[in-house]
Amino acid sequence: MTEEKMLKVEKIRRGTVIDHIPVGRAFKVLKILKISSDPGVTVSIAIHVKSKKMGLKDVVKIEDRILDSSELNKIALIADGATITIVEDYGVIKKFVVKLPDIITGILKCSNLKCVSNMEGSIIPSFTLISKEPLTIKCHYCEREMETEEIVENIL
Amino acid sequence: MMWLNRDIVSIGDFSVDEIMEIIDKANKMVQYASSGHPERPLSGKIVATLFYEPSTRTRLSFESAAMRMGARVLGFGSLEGSSVAKGETLSDTIRIVNSYSDAIVLRHPAEGAARLASEFADVPVINAGDGAGQHPTQALLDIFTVWKESGPVNGKSIGFVGDLKYGRTVHSLSKALSMFDVSLYFISPEELKIPKHIKKDIEKRVPVRETKNLEDVIEELDVLYVTRIQKERFPDIEEYKKVAGIYVIRPSLISRGKKNLIIMHPLPRVDEIPPEIDHLPQARYFKQASYGVPVRMAILDLILRGE
Repeated sequence: MTEEKMLKVEKIRRGTVIDHIPVGRAFKVLKILKISSDPGVTVSIAIHVKSKKMGLKDVVKIEDRILDSSELNKIALIADGATITIVEDYGVIKKFVVKLPDIITGILKCSNLKCVSNMEGSIIPSFTLISKEPLTIKCHYCEREMETEEIVENIL
Repeated sequence: MMWLNRDIVSIGDFSVDEIMEIIDKANKMVQYASSGHPERPLSGKIVATLFYEPSTRTRLSFESAAMRMGARVLGFGSLEGSSVAKGETLSDTIRIVNSYSDAIVLRHPAEGAARLASEFADVPVINAGDGAGQHPTQALLDIFTVWKESGPVNGKSIGFVGDLKYGRTVHSLSKALSMFDVSLYFISPEELKIPKHIKKDIEKRVPVRETKNLEDVIEELDVLYVTRIQKERFPDIEEYKKVAGIYVIRPSLISRGKKNLIIMHPLPRVDEIPPEIDHLPQARYFKQASYGVPVRMAILDLILRGE
């Protein structure tokens, strides 16, 4: 992507840029990161951005916040293939693509309230990726399958 | 195939070949199911039966199967007086019982409890029902019943009628049958339809038809699997009566079915199969219940001796 296009939204001094989000999912990314309700964080959102690779895409820029690996894993759940750029002093210090793992552990809970993983406190919920499109994962314990909406609702 | 120390948690863990291996072995055990295996192959073994929920048939048939094979049995059938009543977690209980026994049979109200237990136990864990989740040994004995009473499973049209929403037997069995070349019919009122996630999974492999009217499909079925509609699932007793009455199996209905139709039921039954059906040649539910012992003998032998 050219610098000109990337900077459609104002350049940030420090923070995280999440690019190549599947179109329509920018707000879900914010929901997952639980930053829509945090007034201390400035967020810029570009939706329906033209993209050579994706046709249309969404982009999110978060100022003064560097995402950690657990947050990046959560993003991969709904934006597999998104590009993450970490910015310090207006310069790119790290750029990489998030990838949805085959086993998803510890970042969301099972939607089945009767699942043992919701009852025994010491258990770390774990899910197997069944399909990427449509996104479907299966609970390791109760075998309940969950799709995008349910997944977003149950992210920890 | 590797059977020694293998957990029996979910029917989805098994291939058709493995299911058929259990069925073959269970068939050899039928002759010993009422007299006991003469060689006592599991002599010296201890089987723990941990039942966090009440059950008569499953627990007794497991215990009978273990004893018929020469093993001894310990455990509990209710929580009263157990450490669970004092608030012990499942994982702690399993860690302890692991050192007291050679295999653990577990029934628990939480879905996925047996999978969890299998991660904390070195000895094999057998799922004897986890909430509305899996009940793999019931599914295996049901498949054994179809095979024994109706012939090869492939090619069969099998209809489930009644409470398909909460009945875990239906969930496990329909999933298991979908690994074979069968057609499945789900016959239930709107309120008790098979859960979407289960239907969706099954439809990937076999044709599925859903209907409210048993009359519409009775002529197509080789196996009619009847389940109990539980009163407590309905907020309004009148609604229950309306629904429950529709699915009472009458001789006139059965006479419209195929000549070789068989009727199964996981039992206990209430009104859905009246006693006048019991003497019909199609009624196989008592046979089905009796197969619980040889099937569980076969499973215990496979996981405790590996053969």
